[in-house]
Amino acid sequence: MELFFQQVINGLSLGAIYALIALGYTMVYGVLRLINFAHGDVYMLGAFAGYFIANAMNLDANPSILGAIVVTMGSMAICAAIGVIIERLAYRPVRQHSRLTSLITAIGVSLLLEYGGQVVFTANPRFFPQMIRSETYAIGKVQITNQSLLIIVVSIILMFGLEFIVHRTKIGKAMRATSHNLSVAKLMGINTNFVIAFTFALGSALAAAAGVMVALAIPKIDPLMGLMTGLKAFVAAVLGGIGSIPGAMLGGMIIGLMETWIGATSYSTYRDAVAFGVLILVLLIRPSGIMGSTAAEKV
Amino acid sequence: MNAILGRLGLLVLAGSLVISSTTGCERKAGSAGDGSSSSDIAVGFYGSLTGDGASFGQSSKEGSELAVEEINAAGGVLGKKLRLIVEDDQSKPDEASSAVTKLVTQDKVVAVLGEVASRRSLAAAPVCQKYQVPMITPSSTNEGVTKIGDYIFRICFIDPFQGEVLAKFAYNDLKARKVAILKDISQDYSVGLTDSITKNFTALGGTVLDPVSYSGGDPDFKAILTQVRGQNPDAIFVTGYYTEAAIIARQARELGMKMPLLGGDGWVGDALKNGREALANSFISNHYSADNPAPVVQNFVKAYKAKFNREPDSIAALAYDSVKVLADSITRANSTEGPKLRDAIAKLDLGGVTGQLKMNAERNVDKPAVIQEVTFVNGEVKFVYKTTINPGP
Repeated sequence: MELFFQQVINGLSLGAIYALIALGYTMVYGVLRLINFAHGDVYMLGAFAGYFIANAMNLDANPSILGAIVVTMGSMAICAAIGVIIERLAYRPVRQHSRLTSLITAIGVSLLLEYGGQVVFTANPRFFPQMIRSETYAIGKVQITNQSLLIIVVSIILMFGLEFIVHRTKIGKAMRATSHNLSVAKLMGINTNFVIAFTFALGSALAAAAGVMVALAIPKIDPLMGLMTGLKAFVAAVLGGIGSIPGAMLGGMIIGLMETWIGATSYSTYRDAVAFGVLILVLLIRPSGIMGSTAAEKV
Repeated sequence: MNAILGRLGLLVLAGSLVISSTTGCERKAGSAGDGSSSSDIAVGFYGSLTGDGASFGQSSKEGSELAVEEINAAGGVLGKKLRLIVEDDQSKPDEASSAVTKLVTQDKVVAVLGEVASRRSLAAAPVCQKYQVPMITPSSTNEGVTKIGDYIFRICFIDPFQGEVLAKFAYNDLKARKVAILKDISQDYSVGLTDSITKNFTALGGTVLDPVSYSGGDPDFKAILTQVRGQNPDAIFVTGYYTEAAIIARQARELGMKMPLLGGDGWVGDALKNGREALANSFISNHYSADNPAPVVQNFVKAYKAKFNREPDSIAALAYDSVKVLADSITRANSTEGPKLRDAIAKLDLGGVTGQLKMNAERNVDKPAVIQEVTFVNGEVKFVYKTTINPGP
């Protein structure tokens, strides 16, 4: 039984990360009907931004919670800016063209970030400084580290924060309006370019937060780290119903738990295959995902 | 997804076309300088200078460069200087094979040195065999590497022996009776070492739990470690390489697993230090110990430190020896022709930094292994000598 609970904890902390990244896919899709394949690489850039900030602050030698918060905020700000720049330079010029054009542009941006990253950061893996001293709490024989706990708690806070922004603020209302119908929203006086840029900033900031938090628990970072994690988060978004925020959270958690359970069996090396198997099944059985439906509110 | 893969394929194709056409041009322009000229002997070196195995590549490059420098300072070989041509394989097997093809067919090297990771040696060795250019791997321990052909040699012990050493140490010294093994199924080295440990530990009377597999580059090992914890082993073997070993050590300790961790020479790498305090109570088998007081070892350690400002690891020591072996063999063959050089290497018997190097009929050397304890002091990993285990019954 304790084994089961231990795996649930492992799965939830993995799933929370997928969920955070999946939110970025789902928001951009909701507003623009664009699958932003570069999103996983923004997550990678978030981890690297955090790496450089943390080293500049020499956090490895003197870890502190305050320092970790500064690093996370800094990395979120940098990635929000990167998200806006990507949208402005790569996606806006082709927004009037067919959706396939945007999709291929997204793949191009993704490859540019991955291999550009290898040029700038080199292909060697780096190890993220330990910003918070690792501590382990035990409940019976179930162990949880403060880092996993932090990942789960911060992810939940960020997701509720996002729900609040989307449903309780003016810009959130503008986002929902834009997602319903871009041209009508424009006619109603909404600055849709701003709303779209804001959506990219928000999604990229969440990916950056995920990048920094993953690096806390799993300290190896490299320029291709966003490739597999990003694809799995994309599957999580599709599973939950792309365009739906609660769906992205649920999808992320499910993928995380499934991967952990497969990892615990003798089929452990098939864990990467699980996510893609799920993608195929979802597309065959219920293409709109668990929470998605044609009438659902898209954001 | 199809669209992506298709695009990727096109991009890769376009990219390789550009690269091959540019290198083609360079070759033509610089062809006069290629190969062994009358004044020097071209020696090929391929290694993982970047990527997951970067520490292996850097250490072996440094060790080789030091040896080349010393040989050239002493007058070279057959009156000519050695010239090391270095190729990076980015820690990828297919790159290793193209790097060696380039060294052999374009640079016309007389012999090839490398690799560390067995998988990449296995990928490149057939090229050397095909062109009859001797290849000396300094530190690939997988049994299969030298079986590729009679032009492939190695100067380190092999995994069946390394597995025996580790199994004996765990059973006799650590008194372990039930052990778990984590293996990296994407590395021939790890798979071979796992088999050998399983065989030897079972023969001693111990129990080996079903090996748990991961795949190099995986970021998270908590799920498999939790599974291992449930079976309560006395010790855990981690037969993969240093990058994953560091993370596995950390995550195992985070899950409250305090038993000893054991690894092979694949743990020797710079990034192992990211395991930090979690590395305590870990032991590895290794090729040499830098704290060995023998003059040949201490002279090498001193020269290496003076040049590179750090302590040489076993990978650097083996690479250093591999160059010395080649120089010795060229001198004895009195030629750089492939077949003659091959015969000379086959008759090798030379004292090196990592022990006596006497080539046997399988083109391997019989060498003792050392067991070292892994310690983490002042932010650096230190391997502390425990014991030496000799080959043979």
